[in-house]
Amino acid sequence: MLLVLLDHDRGVLDPTSLQALTAALALDADVDVLLVGAAGHHVVPELAAYGAGTVHVAVADSLTDYAPVAAARAVLDLVDRLSPTAVLATGTPRGNEVLAHVAAFLDLPMAADCVSVTPGVGGHDVVRNRWGGNLLETARVHADLLLATFAPHAVRAEQADGTTTVVEFAVPLSEADTAVRVLDRVGEGAVGVGLAEARVIVSGGRGVGGPEGFGVLEDLAELLDGAIGCSRVVTSNGWRPHNEQVGQTGTKVAPDLYIACGISGATQHIAGCRTSKTIIAINTDKDAPIMGYAHYAVIGDLHTILPALVAATRAAKE
Amino acid sequence: MNIAVCAKRVPLSGGRWVLTPDGTEIDTSGAAMGFTVSPHEECAAEAAVQLVEQFGGSSTVISLGTSEAEEQVRGLLAVGVDRGVIVETDGREWDPQATAAALADQVRIGTPDGAYDLVILGTEAADTAGYQVGIRMAHALGWPVLTNVKGLSITDGVARCERAVGSHREVYEVTLPAVITVKDGINIPRYPSVPGRIKARKKPVDVVPGERPEPLLEKVRLELAAEDQRSAEILGTGVEAVPALVEIFKNIGVI
Repeated sequence: MLLVLLDHDRGVLDPTSLQALTAALALDADVDVLLVGAAGHHVVPELAAYGAGTVHVAVADSLTDYAPVAAARAVLDLVDRLSPTAVLATGTPRGNEVLAHVAAFLDLPMAADCVSVTPGVGGHDVVRNRWGGNLLETARVHADLLLATFAPHAVRAEQADGTTTVVEFAVPLSEADTAVRVLDRVGEGAVGVGLAEARVIVSGGRGVGGPEGFGVLEDLAELLDGAIGCSRVVTSNGWRPHNEQVGQTGTKVAPDLYIACGISGATQHIAGCRTSKTIIAINTDKDAPIMGYAHYAVIGDLHTILPALVAATRAAKE
Repeated sequence: MNIAVCAKRVPLSGGRWVLTPDGTEIDTSGAAMGFTVSPHEECAAEAAVQLVEQFGGSSTVISLGTSEAEEQVRGLLAVGVDRGVIVETDGREWDPQATAAALADQVRIGTPDGAYDLVILGTEAADTAGYQVGIRMAHALGWPVLTNVKGLSITDGVARCERAVGSHREVYEVTLPAVITVKDGINIPRYPSVPGRIKARKKPVDVVPGERPEPLLEKVRLELAAEDQRSAEILGTGVEAVPALVEIFKNIGVI
């Protein structure tokens, strides 16, 4: 039996949770789901449509919002009672965090960001992302109980039949278990306006030359109903806000069209845009690494090409 | 306030990775290869330097790696970290459990200025991306921990932390001593100044031997991700390629 910890925020399911459920059901027909917090009840109908069997909802009076150690306590409680062969979680910040606490409590290895998991007896095989997905590592997990998180977007969520049963249980918590918890929510988040959802991203790198150089990228993005992205050197220089950074340490995107302007294609950046459906590179250097990742390339200076492209695109739309 | 920063030497490549013939390591012998620390860890060091500027005390970078990691340790000393400790390895990777145990041992030893109040790491290392060393260290030390932190301020021994989730920021409070793991974007790391580099040469770096346990998360082999075998179709040079670009926009339905 597999136990899968799914991620929701105050009753709104993280979309990667359905992917994790699909991935777990592909490994074993016998999958129990854990949701932490009473608000988890809200997402049960959605999980039912994707084949969830038994859904455990952990509740406690002190569990009013996300608290990583408390969530780990809920996992440990079910591990004790259900003796699963694996505890899997979706590889969101919360999923990775909670499972790492579980691993630390049990002093067991944990494999994060796995694209493939093969539970075994006495040991398990996984394939996991390194370098933001630029490299894949095949690894062996030496433990009876496998602890692993699934890489987001490694599988597509699929609806499935089944009968869903909800089991609410009270998880015993000490004051220390909820000492670190969400106290408030403020301001603007990680992701620039629509960057993760944009169909088109016009992205700029060092070659743009400075903050004022992004004007023409903004014009093109507006014409294509797209969003602005950038590389790390751009945010490190303060030319654009960090929530526009595409890359291993920024946002990972997968638009229909990614236009990389003056971006050399360092591995850090490629990790964030590699799964874009079509990548166009505009670069003065025909040997830049980006040429190995782009589908199409134009060799030349973006400062002359982009204004002409904006004019031609505008004309084509009329 | 005494702060430990954990950082590690990782390969730096402007281009694509090349693997060793046995497929277990990145080939770092090429002329274009360099080394660096992970972006998250650069930000961890910057956060430590800023906090010591604000509150006094000292900062120490602790690195698990070969003696060559001194290059990265001195690099962080050049931006204001006060001293370094290298837990020396034979070059083979350590798994996250062993890494966390060795780093926590160094934190327990403390500094010449007294015990540590705070340990700052990157949320995940650029290369191995295990998402767990900071949490395991906190458990070993019996300290609270928070990961994915993109905003950090400290008042009266309590760290107010923010982390970005979707369209908003979550606020947490963590009582020191604590472990905090940060993400790129929490600050803009400063560049080393020339005086900074000169001072860094004289700052103390201790090297202590590390004893590698057998890994429980054991790397078997590496491979390049599938898409990396592509070669771009060149549409043209300069503005002559613009009509071809517009044609692609039409074909994929974005105009």
